[in-house]
Amino acid sequence: MTVEQSKKDKIMVIGVVLAVLLGPIILNPFGAGYPDLLQKFVIYGIFAIGFNILFGLTGYLSFGHAAFLGVGSYSAVWMFKLLSMNIVPAIILAMVISGLFALLIGFIALRRSGIYFSILTLAFAQMSYNLAYSVLTPITNGETGLQILHGDPRVLDAAVEDGALPVTNLFGLNMNATADVSLLGMDIQFNAGYYICGLIMIVAFYIALRLFRSPFGMMLKAIKTNQNRLNFTGVNSRPYTLTAFVISGIYAGLAGGLLACTDPLAGAERMQWTASGEVVLMTILGGAGTMLGPILGAGVIKYFENIFSAYNESELMDVFSFLPHWLQELVVSVSSLFVGEGWHLTLGVLFMLIVIFLPGGLMEGFNRLVKLARGGYRKDGASASAAGKVTAE
Amino acid sequence: MSSILKVQGINKHFGGLHALNNVNLDVEQGKVHAIIGPNGAGKSTLLNCFIGRLTPDTGTVDFDGTSLIGLKPHEINQTGVSRVFQTPEIFTELTLLENVMIPALAKRDGAFKPSLWSSMAGETEIRDQAMNALSEVNMGGKAGMTAASLSRGDKRRLELAMALVQNPKLLLLDEPTAGMARADTNATIDLLKTISGKGLTMVIIEHDMHVVFSLAEKISVLAQGTVIVEDLPEKIKGHPKVQEAYLGGAHL
Repeated sequence: MTVEQSKKDKIMVIGVVLAVLLGPIILNPFGAGYPDLLQKFVIYGIFAIGFNILFGLTGYLSFGHAAFLGVGSYSAVWMFKLLSMNIVPAIILAMVISGLFALLIGFIALRRSGIYFSILTLAFAQMSYNLAYSVLTPITNGETGLQILHGDPRVLDAAVEDGALPVTNLFGLNMNATADVSLLGMDIQFNAGYYICGLIMIVAFYIALRLFRSPFGMMLKAIKTNQNRLNFTGVNSRPYTLTAFVISGIYAGLAGGLLACTDPLAGAERMQWTASGEVVLMTILGGAGTMLGPILGAGVIKYFENIFSAYNESELMDVFSFLPHWLQELVVSVSSLFVGEGWHLTLGVLFMLIVIFLPGGLMEGFNRLVKLARGGYRKDGASASAAGKVTAE
Repeated sequence: MSSILKVQGINKHFGGLHALNNVNLDVEQGKVHAIIGPNGAGKSTLLNCFIGRLTPDTGTVDFDGTSLIGLKPHEINQTGVSRVFQTPEIFTELTLLENVMIPALAKRDGAFKPSLWSSMAGETEIRDQAMNALSEVNMGGKAGMTAASLSRGDKRRLELAMALVQNPKLLLLDEPTAGMARADTNATIDLLKTISGKGLTMVIIEHDMHVVFSLAEKISVLAQGTVIVEDLPEKIKGHPKVQEAYLGGAHL
């Protein structure tokens, strides 16, 4: 809240902007510089930022946020089918519908707190998932998933249609447009879809930052610490939690809409409980309640999902080819459990290590490193009283 | 003198226990009214009925012309009733300053105002109010500390600051000095005296007779859920019924 804080915030925003702009270059050496994965980084980043507004600030753990992601995707694809391949109306509808959906679910689920709230959200999400598979097939196209077809009306740009399926675009700029540039000896792909999603993530991040620093955010933090006390302080906590729930639902819907913008199809599996669990993992892994943690967590999980799952045994043999033959086989047979289909195992181990040793997530580890690098390991009390002096003055 | 809080015919049962039995209470505007009584007499239960934590089975609680029965806790607070809890209830993860800014915001903005886009840093007026309240309880120097790191006595003083910053019409104090060192107790008594000198009405529950007799202008003695005596402090001291309630009828 002090001058120091606002300076830190500025650095943080600049950092995020730079990371997004330079993403394709920075991540190239890690094998993650291709558009498809980069898009996932920023889109799931938005999802996790939104989830963190609810979970990180109020402590309400929703296990059904994937429902909003799915609703966002379906809404966006319907917009592509009915109106136009332009992503703007699709994104707007995705946010509106998911917001309304969150209002409904939040209104009911927020009557309870703690584990009961989590179970209610989980139940609602699973209900949506099953409905999408069964009763709602006319809207969701069931198991096949909803996709764009030649025969769709597309009122606004039906005229431009030719043989191939139309491409999602932003006022004519195709989402899949990619410029291949040779830079620093690397083959860098600058993709339009990635930069559009990235810019939206920057805006989403900035809005979340403002929320965190606002009186509204302060009330949400108070709810997390002692909701009962807040009520006795004259604050009606229910509308605060509901607002936070709806905002995070809109973020999830936006992420779902963007997923459809980069790849115009929507399936029910996007709403499944594993997808809801994934965003919880992202937030906790990165650091719940921190600004950068959720983005970091989303990046790490999507990286593991895409990179580790791509490895197979023969590639591992190459990696460990420097070892003597008998050792090589042993190492490969053990480590192959952790790649390919087994990437979940790697993620599980990583998650356990983080929760046990760094309860504050990757951000806590990062902060510890910064402290170490600055030389002195200051006790919490010392830094707190130093902060006190700043505020008191 | 007009009464600001009028309590009539309160009954409250917990299963078979008749915790409050036809309790009447009249708190006069601007006075310090103490409620004393042995353990289990129903003092805290009575206070919980004022703030909406409990709903009495029968009876009325009228505050400044408004009935408090059936109102939610935040609605009762918004009518101008603030409370200091017996066990400290604070926002442990937040700083002291933030702890006091929250009730100040609640006082200014009402029960719900989604100020999503403004910044806490821009709330200079609220910050000044909070700093003043903290200085009043002698904790201005600790404003940036996390509340969890406070001692129990300091937590009580923080709670007092949280109540005072709202500039309430009625302050309910549940054992405000419990867990405090003697020096802190005396400082708190002086503080409460100053505040009551400004005309703030207080209802105070207290075990420490030193505190009660230094502050109270009227005392109600509660025993087994009923008010057995209500009188001026000097008349309470030697009252036979009071001695009986405290000492179980063993005459001295």
